[in-house]
Amino acid sequence: MKAIVLLALKSVWARRLTLGIALIAIAIASALLLFVERVRSDARTSFTQAISGVDLVVGARTGGVQLMLYAVFHAGSASNNIGWSSFETIARHPAVDWAVPLSLGDAHRGFAVVGTRADYFQRLRYADGQALRFVAGGVFTDLFEAVIGSEVARTLGYRLDETITLSHGMEGFGPEHGDKPFRIVGILAATGTPTDRSVFVSLEAISALHLDWAGGAPLPGLSIPPEHVRKFDLTPKEITAALIGLKNRAEVFRVQRWINDYRGEPLLAVMPGVALDELWQTLDVVEKTLFALSTLIVLVGLTGMSATLLASLNERRRELAILRSLGAGAGAIVLMLTVEGLLVTTGGVLIGLTLLFGGSSLLAPLMQSEFGIHLAPRLFSANEALLLFAILATGLLASLIPGLRALRMSLADGLTPRN
Amino acid sequence: MVRLRDLIFRWPRQSSACLDIPAFALASGERVFLHGPSGSGKSTLLSLLGGVALPERGEIDVLGTGLPRLGRRARDAFRADHIGFIFQQFNLLPWLSALDNVLLPCTFSPRRQARAGGSAGARATAERLLAHLDLAPRLWTQPAAELSVGQQQRVAAARALIGRPELIIADEPTSALDAPRQQAFIDLLLREAAVSGASLLFVSHDVRLAEHFDRQVALAEINRAAWGEES
Repeated sequence: MKAIVLLALKSVWARRLTLGIALIAIAIASALLLFVERVRSDARTSFTQAISGVDLVVGARTGGVQLMLYAVFHAGSASNNIGWSSFETIARHPAVDWAVPLSLGDAHRGFAVVGTRADYFQRLRYADGQALRFVAGGVFTDLFEAVIGSEVARTLGYRLDETITLSHGMEGFGPEHGDKPFRIVGILAATGTPTDRSVFVSLEAISALHLDWAGGAPLPGLSIPPEHVRKFDLTPKEITAALIGLKNRAEVFRVQRWINDYRGEPLLAVMPGVALDELWQTLDVVEKTLFALSTLIVLVGLTGMSATLLASLNERRRELAILRSLGAGAGAIVLMLTVEGLLVTTGGVLIGLTLLFGGSSLLAPLMQSEFGIHLAPRLFSANEALLLFAILATGLLASLIPGLRALRMSLADGLTPRN
Repeated sequence: MVRLRDLIFRWPRQSSACLDIPAFALASGERVFLHGPSGSGKSTLLSLLGGVALPERGEIDVLGTGLPRLGRRARDAFRADHIGFIFQQFNLLPWLSALDNVLLPCTFSPRRQARAGGSAGARATAERLLAHLDLAPRLWTQPAAELSVGQQQRVAAARALIGRPELIIADEPTSALDAPRQQAFIDLLLREAAVSGASLLFVSHDVRLAEHFDRQVALAEINRAAWGEES
């Protein structure tokens, strides 16, 4: 048994050129399948865990999915803002318990900057209602103070009291607000939500940054130094979106209709759960198609391996006869070919895993910024382990084909192959 | 050592028997040259002796064991334990070294491994055999595919001899060698068989090679199936 496995190993190594191609195909196919599964499960987690305890998300009139994407996941950008007066009107509605404004559009080294109020940190919940928690410092109290998410702190190595500057535009390539640096006063605990990848400042700070700006660029010849901005009225004129909590959840449809019919400007209010479901359904088709396709690719890869082994059998009739003459029985012949196939499959899957780890960490920033999907770094989940097992089991079946074929040939040939 | 009685073998879907041997015997330590033209059933006879094929009826006793009465696994194990085979050419697994090829019987037969000196001593035995068969030590670790045909046949001989099986069956082992080397290889085989005390059944179509054997037998003489064709 052990001797046969060892022989199979040496045989595979001797055929490494042809089998290597089959192995690479299996590696790419299994990496693809696992990546699709990973994106799918992480998308589910990202979308369902990101926001909790918020009854309505309000923004300028657009698609519900799009509003959720930019307001909650900081992916893409808003087509329009909403006026501050509209926000104040909504916040004063008798059914509304609380309202938190959000102002988006700036970035810090690829991380979204969220202008908001201090009560954001009490109101926003994630997962099953967990509150945000500070690992260091606390909420901003002064104009040029910032709170950062855990991943911002980890990736950029920031500590309390360090100063950072923000840049204009979500992509992080915009012109710098270099003249008005911020001091880090709080670092949030990890949540696995977009919060981890955000920098929070006050709404007034966002206004202050843009006092001497117009149309997305600094006004030429006008520069207002930070010590003078406090003389201006920093009440925001516009915000990007608002999160609303109601006194009584049963009123959600009434309030939603009231906001959607708001006369001052075209607004949209969505229930996060409903919008997420909608988003989820959009993704569901894509995700299922991708999953089916990558399953097929894995099957193609395994079939290729099986075909390579089968094709090699004709030239190996002599080898099989030699093994038979040495006392190898039917079981040993089947075992040897099957182990060879299984070795190629296992090798392919291992390389596929390496590709998966590499690819995931490479694509994680893109998935976050473009689709709001947080790819959690990890070895593999239970579901992925199940898929790995399925690939290996299918590989075993695919290897049994050449194994049984070899058995038939060698039983027919005996000690003298006809070739 | 080997005793055949009333042996009949027929290929599937053929009306006439391929082999019909009333009696044939090989004494212990005897070295017999069996000749016959190609297609006369020599290979079939060897498959029967190796327990790879089964006769329609009749007895095949090797070392007092009736092979047809054994199960498939037992016949495989018996072959591994007691018989060393040498074939025409391409005798070796091309991707194993010469030394590993010689050691192969020990991985399939614990008995031959024990007789070759156990797991610790088998390697030394293999090296001694290779040296004895005039294969330079630098060739021992080379892949078998890189050896010349003559070198490969000597490796095959060492493999057949390791663990001292009682019976060595050589099937046209010299047909790929040139004439001067043929006789040298046969002499070497006869000598080594004598040293290890094995019986040798040497099968060839070339009668000129027969002179140094204890006895030579034409397959047509013992195979009744061939009698009809000749008369």
